[in-house]
Amino acid sequence: MDLSFTPEQLDFRDEVRGWIEKAMPAAIKKKASQGIPYFKQDETMEWHRVLAEKGWIAPNWPKEYGGTGWDVTQRYLFQQELVRANTPELSPFGLNMVGPLLIQFGSDEQKARFLPRILSGEEVWCQGYSEPNAGSDLANLQLRAEKDGDDYVLNGQKTWTTYAQYADWIFVLARTSSAGKKQEGITFLLADVKNTPGITVKPFLTTGGTDAFSETWFQDARVPQANRVGPEDGGWTMAKALLGHERTLIGGVAQSGKWIQVVKRIARDTPVGDDCLLDDPAFRRRIARLEMRHRAVNMVNLRTLAAAQLGHAPGAESSILKIVGTELYQEVTELTLDAMGHDALGWFDSPAEALPEAERWVASQFNYLRACTIYGGSNEIQKNIVSKHILRLPTA
Amino acid sequence: MAVNFDLTEEQQMIVDSVAKFVANDSNVERFRKLRETPRGWEPQMWEQMGEFGWLGVPFPEEQGGFGGKFVDLALILEQLGRGLVPEPIIPSVVLAGGLISRLGSDEQVTRSLQPMMAGKISLALAYAERQSRYDLHDCRTRAERKGDGWSIRGEKHWVLNGHAADRIVVAARTSGGDRDRDGISLFVVDGDAEGLTRTPVNGMDGHRTGLLRLDDVAVKSERLLGTEGGALPHLEWAIDRGAAAVCAEGQGEIQELFDRTVEYLKERKQFDVPIGTFQALQHKAVDMMGETEVCRSTMILAAIRADSENEEERSSEISAAKLQLTEGGWFVQENAIQLFGGIGVTDEQDEGLFFKRLRVLQGLFGDADWHVDRFQRLRRFDAEVRAEA
Repeated sequence: MDLSFTPEQLDFRDEVRGWIEKAMPAAIKKKASQGIPYFKQDETMEWHRVLAEKGWIAPNWPKEYGGTGWDVTQRYLFQQELVRANTPELSPFGLNMVGPLLIQFGSDEQKARFLPRILSGEEVWCQGYSEPNAGSDLANLQLRAEKDGDDYVLNGQKTWTTYAQYADWIFVLARTSSAGKKQEGITFLLADVKNTPGITVKPFLTTGGTDAFSETWFQDARVPQANRVGPEDGGWTMAKALLGHERTLIGGVAQSGKWIQVVKRIARDTPVGDDCLLDDPAFRRRIARLEMRHRAVNMVNLRTLAAAQLGHAPGAESSILKIVGTELYQEVTELTLDAMGHDALGWFDSPAEALPEAERWVASQFNYLRACTIYGGSNEIQKNIVSKHILRLPTA
Repeated sequence: MAVNFDLTEEQQMIVDSVAKFVANDSNVERFRKLRETPRGWEPQMWEQMGEFGWLGVPFPEEQGGFGGKFVDLALILEQLGRGLVPEPIIPSVVLAGGLISRLGSDEQVTRSLQPMMAGKISLALAYAERQSRYDLHDCRTRAERKGDGWSIRGEKHWVLNGHAADRIVVAARTSGGDRDRDGISLFVVDGDAEGLTRTPVNGMDGHRTGLLRLDDVAVKSERLLGTEGGALPHLEWAIDRGAAAVCAEGQGEIQELFDRTVEYLKERKQFDVPIGTFQALQHKAVDMMGETEVCRSTMILAAIRADSENEEERSSEISAAKLQLTEGGWFVQENAIQLFGGIGVTDEQDEGLFFKRLRVLQGLFGDADWHVDRFQRLRRFDAEVRAEA
């Protein structure tokens, strides 16, 4: 048991820090320096390409597929440095979701076709899981895929296809059979969003006022059978594996840490009479409580990473990470809003003299992040999973 | 590799042997018997722990110790917590023993630390006073020079193992005002010293502590521990490690309460089904697991940092862990009793014993508010954002 960094690891951290400083494009750096940045898709992808060129885009992938070959400590340090520098958060759908899934279950042809373009950023991915009647009850999905020649013909609707309007590809859970249990007739398919006739994407606004959400319609859309991952009717296994990859990343632990720094800066810059909010012991204690909780949750995160690195199956700590992580994430955004007083009430399109640049996106993010306890399987669904599979409590 | 939470082979061996010891030789039944006795723990068992080497774990080899790390001791305490083992390791090894090892002369080490490591004697640290709450600098007990030694006068509260200890490290003011940081000194006082009155106090948890009155207790000059007037930073160090130690022991109680609750949810039937089939209770159990894991993560970090000589690094992690013990641990214990229902509030059911022990540990060495307040006063809390401005 050890938690100290060796001189080599500290050298690595300095190397990463120095590189980020030099490699960040000027426009992104300017936004990043303002605290809570909101990056648009083209900025995120620009940063993606910078990392890809360096070979640092997918530290969580095996080296033979383009990973970095770093150990868990290096990956942790790298992640810490990205957060420290406020770099744009990368789109997770290719790098953290379908990429690892293809590495695990994809054919050689699929790996060769898709993985390099996920790495380079040439192809952007989105997720086709939820439907209007398949939310928490994901297996209830109805999007039909019927075999016709070498293709599947898709009909139906997906929703919460986040950023589908910017995506080149979508991974889809489709129903190929209605016989037996509803989990058993699901197939995992990859569809070309831009070039498949019959696929239509309709973005819609989040409560944060951003265009992150969208729904995607399929009308006689043809997907080659070669784009099926795993066996027909075997998609539920893929679905769960992918959610497992997703779950370890969506606790928002690193982001919460970033927000705690932000709330301190905002408190520092928020006048209260002749002093500033950061001088108020009562408010300092509120920040301190969340920072202390963050340290604790971050340790759970680190334990999860370390266990994975040592080849252990994800233990109890990874299952609860999503729950405790997202609850903390929301609390931190709530505190940030509290710090801002009247400024918290403004919207991001207010004139610059009314709302400081650093605070501009806080209210938007505060609203959008109500989603973090919902997405990736709501926290209540997570609790059902933990209850059944880890605590092995009986079901009615 | 640096980030590694796996136990070393050696650590795993210790953990296994302590767990076996708890199962075979010191289960909750033993504690139930001992809580009815005046001492509350057994000297023979203490000696056995000395023979096992547990009492020497964190002390350097040149002092006759095991040369281990604090985290090794924490792993032992965690296992002992699962059996509510009442022997006074925290006051003897962590508090008084820690200070004697850190500050003691060769003679003091030989006279008090080594026999403790062997399980021949037990120790205590007397620091808290009626008015001091958790503030270590608030010390009204005074020691004045008398002849070639000292004379100590004052009252010390809630002295863990103070009722039974053979030697007691007493914090007393040798100069300055009642709440000055400078001027506090430590003295090693014999348990049977003339002028020392020890009143045993029963704890909520079934442990005994001592209320100590010192009426001009004479101590020889060689019983001064460390430098005159300079004890406070060392006292803070020892109490920090005490806080890390209660997090470690408390983890055992938290884990035990959680495991027992999950078992009970599977066994207990109402409405013709196990109550664990009810989603409201399932989600409560998962939340309990979450807090148990968060507590464990932060306990481990605190135990690792307990060896740090960087005061801010050490105390910030220990405060974070103590906050989790106090709030996350509380979530586990309150819901454990709630899910057991009425039976959980009976004395014959073990869960109440774990509940009470945890509540005592939570109230030692700074409560949640005290640790939050200390954390926000650390220089590092806002140094970075202040520097940017």
